[in-house]
Amino acid sequence: MTKVTMTVNGKAVSGEVEGRTLLSQFLRDGLGLTGTHVGCDTSQCGACVVHVNGQDVKSCTTLALECEGAEVRTIEGMANPDGSLSVIQQAFQDHHGLQCGFCTPGMVMTASALLAQNPTPSEAEIRHYLEGNICRCTGYHNIVKAIMAASGQDVSHLGSDAIAAE
Amino acid sequence: MPKDHGIGASSKRREDVRFLTGRGRYTDDINLPGQAHACFVRSQVAHGRLNGVNTADAAAMPGVIRIFTAADFEGVGGLPCGWQVTDRHGAPMQEPGHPVLATGKVRHVGDPIALVVAETYDQARDAAEAVVVDIEELEPVLDMKAALADGAPKVHDDLTSNLCYDWGFVEENREAVNKAFEAAHHVTTLDLVNQRLIPNAMEPRVAIGDYNFATDDSTLYTTSQNPHVIRLLMGAFVLGIPEHKLRVVAPDVGGGFGSKIFHYAEEAAVTFAARQLRRPVKWTCTRSESFITDAQGRDHVTKIELALDAEGHFQALRTETYANMGAYLSTFAPSIPTWLHGTLMAGNYKTPLIYVNVKAVFTNTVPVDAYRGAGRPEATFQLERVIDKAAREIGMDPVELRRKNFITQFPYATPVAVEYDTGDYNATMDKLLEIADVAGFEARLAESKARGKLRGLGVNCYIEACGIAPSHLVGQLGARAGLYESATVRVNATGGLVVMTGSHSHGQGHETTFAQVVADMIGLPENMVEIVHGDTANTPMGMGTYGSRSLAVGGSAMVKATNKIIAKARKIAAHLMEASPDDIELKDGRFTVAGTDKSVAWGDVTLAAYVPHNYPLEDLEPGLEETAFYDPNNFTYPAGAYACEVEVDPETGRVTVERFAAADDFGNVVNPMIVDGQVHGGIAQGIGQALLESAAYDEYGQLLTGSYMDYAMPRADDVPFYTVDHSCQTPCTHNPLGVKGCGEAGAIGSPPAVVNAVVDALQRAGHTGVTHIDMPLTPSRVWAAMQG
Repeated sequence: MTKVTMTVNGKAVSGEVEGRTLLSQFLRDGLGLTGTHVGCDTSQCGACVVHVNGQDVKSCTTLALECEGAEVRTIEGMANPDGSLSVIQQAFQDHHGLQCGFCTPGMVMTASALLAQNPTPSEAEIRHYLEGNICRCTGYHNIVKAIMAASGQDVSHLGSDAIAAE
Repeated sequence: MPKDHGIGASSKRREDVRFLTGRGRYTDDINLPGQAHACFVRSQVAHGRLNGVNTADAAAMPGVIRIFTAADFEGVGGLPCGWQVTDRHGAPMQEPGHPVLATGKVRHVGDPIALVVAETYDQARDAAEAVVVDIEELEPVLDMKAALADGAPKVHDDLTSNLCYDWGFVEENREAVNKAFEAAHHVTTLDLVNQRLIPNAMEPRVAIGDYNFATDDSTLYTTSQNPHVIRLLMGAFVLGIPEHKLRVVAPDVGGGFGSKIFHYAEEAAVTFAARQLRRPVKWTCTRSESFITDAQGRDHVTKIELALDAEGHFQALRTETYANMGAYLSTFAPSIPTWLHGTLMAGNYKTPLIYVNVKAVFTNTVPVDAYRGAGRPEATFQLERVIDKAAREIGMDPVELRRKNFITQFPYATPVAVEYDTGDYNATMDKLLEIADVAGFEARLAESKARGKLRGLGVNCYIEACGIAPSHLVGQLGARAGLYESATVRVNATGGLVVMTGSHSHGQGHETTFAQVVADMIGLPENMVEIVHGDTANTPMGMGTYGSRSLAVGGSAMVKATNKIIAKARKIAAHLMEASPDDIELKDGRFTVAGTDKSVAWGDVTLAAYVPHNYPLEDLEPGLEETAFYDPNNFTYPAGAYACEVEVDPETGRVTVERFAAADDFGNVVNPMIVDGQVHGGIAQGIGQALLESAAYDEYGQLLTGSYMDYAMPRADDVPFYTVDHSCQTPCTHNPLGVKGCGEAGAIGSPPAVVNAVVDALQRAGHTGVTHIDMPLTPSRVWAAMQG
């Protein structure tokens, strides 16, 4: 076992890990941050995407030890400091960009990385960027729409939206 | 003006905040104190005699607690099948045993042989690799027709053959149908394959067994669409645990699509192991493992024939289907190619004579069972494909041919035993042609041509039977279960409500829509209603969620229970206001005496129910809590029309879906936003089936498409934005909400639209010999078709 130290969602953390321990395992089992999901074992589905030093990576194929000293951000660290949903999270809710919620953390983390690089991506750019994230529920329509909306684009022509209840 | 709350409003989903912030609680997020970890040793061959399992070396490895083999499960029952089909000669289907761990033989790659329990998952996995399994390989049977040949190896040695059943429907019509074909003006014939699919809910299955030896209570946490069904099947048939000593919890579940309906061996194995070891045992499926253990879907080989008269009226329909059951009968497998398929063969059309023959076959492959649509996509695909082919053969526009044969009078009793209550197929077709801008197709075709691309338009209809199901009817058809649903509505003293439902949400948003319904009925804000589901300890016995049944059946139970609440609350209000209950009106959460200005608030009544100082105790019990069970009178019949436009690259055969439109009639709609989302997801799964997905086995029975690197899941850049509409509404006549169900429509209606569109594109480009291409329409298949 080796000691690993990193910053996760702004907090310094450390733990004893094996050489084979994956970042996803360290986050879920070591830190109890179960928002990061594991949906496959071939680095295809993207449910496990987190940010390491600002870059979106698949935590299921990143060794925990590789992240020594790194800044890691997970879905648990995406809300605004006051606890309210961030712009991207809010857009996913407003535009029904999630159903079962399992792929959602990875989708939000990937979308956030995309918007950091490309503040107003086209539909085609969004679809291309999401190639490493699989969703079985939404048919992607409302995910793409939510990301466009989060970037300030008009999506009113793309079907029904939530009406604020209560 | 769209509604902003209650029934008909696109209320935002209350589930979303926890999912968007990483605070969902899925089964794999649960870790119990003292928990051990499980890993299964599985067959690596498709068919073989299991001569021995040597666990000695593995048992000595670090952290290993115990290794269970089939011998440990002696006295434990097998996994039960929930539906018995009777064949066309009146005999029951052949029903093989299904042990929790393989005994005597292994019958598919992935068949579980041993269960290793260790302190950590990695230790369990390392030890599982050290278990030595002695298997004498046998020739596998994979092709269904070969499996039925004389002398074929048998999957189950104790059965007479690999034929599960030979089902005829309606058997009495067989000769009349044959005669109609002899007399027909025109007969269109189509041979097709509805390929095997792998459901692939994004959350892999997980099961955690827990046991309290001091109280003899067992708990199973599992990724299930129907925890009560699992409790009943596992408790009564497998482990012999009475239901009051067994709790099944299905917390947040990451998608199901049918694959999480069934009772799986792993659930029983970890519950059993936990009892033996007196500590929790957790198993988390890897994706690779789910590819070879989750029940798969479809896998039909069909010949369909349609007889028409000189004007294009359908005279008769005849089908012969081989349906793959895989190696064992999964929980509801026998019902899918029969009662959920044969009964839908009338489609939207008044074909007077129909005969459906289905031969269900055992093979050395993963068991096959319900997958989104379950039998209905198979029925729709063959029917809508053969109609398209017939239209081409007789030189009629495919939409006109459909309209000519539409059922227009309701109720309508089909020749395949179901009665459609309502529908308006011309209305959904009209709406489709409008939203798909079919009028603009020629211009888009010209534009594609200018870029060197072929373009095609495919249109089709669908109907499905949802709201499963009237218990007395399915009982006659062989179901070993009732298919009612339940709800308990508990009103608290301060006026808030908790609704405990037997339905289960795994992406459908019940916590939002169910609250909309109950809040609307009483006239309260939606946030005063909480929905509880997924735990047998705090919900009434329910049958769970599948077959687009939750709102139609579960919602109806909830309406019944809420009506009981309102009736009692009205009596309490009458007492408080010294009026007759008949004069009490409930509006916006306030009770008034009709024609007066006297009123009491909802909270006054609920408080009186629990603090009954001024209360008619001689007539009414205190408290405000009611339970209702609802058993439907009939199925519901959502229907619609779908249109797909594709481009085909003539150089490579690559198909891209350029436009997709869906006009659905779901009856009344509670949350339009959620309904749109359900249709979107179904369409993507249908496009996936049409263009990308296929479970491929090699000649040895190895699954070639055993990971996301080989099984082509639809991704964001494989699909377009969809245009969906559900404004054509013919409400269901026999449930209180008038709802029909929307969960499967997209997956049912979309595959034929895509294939019709590709065939259309090729035909328009002069490939007139191409009348069908089997799914998935990969570039190589489409390219080969274009080469003649």
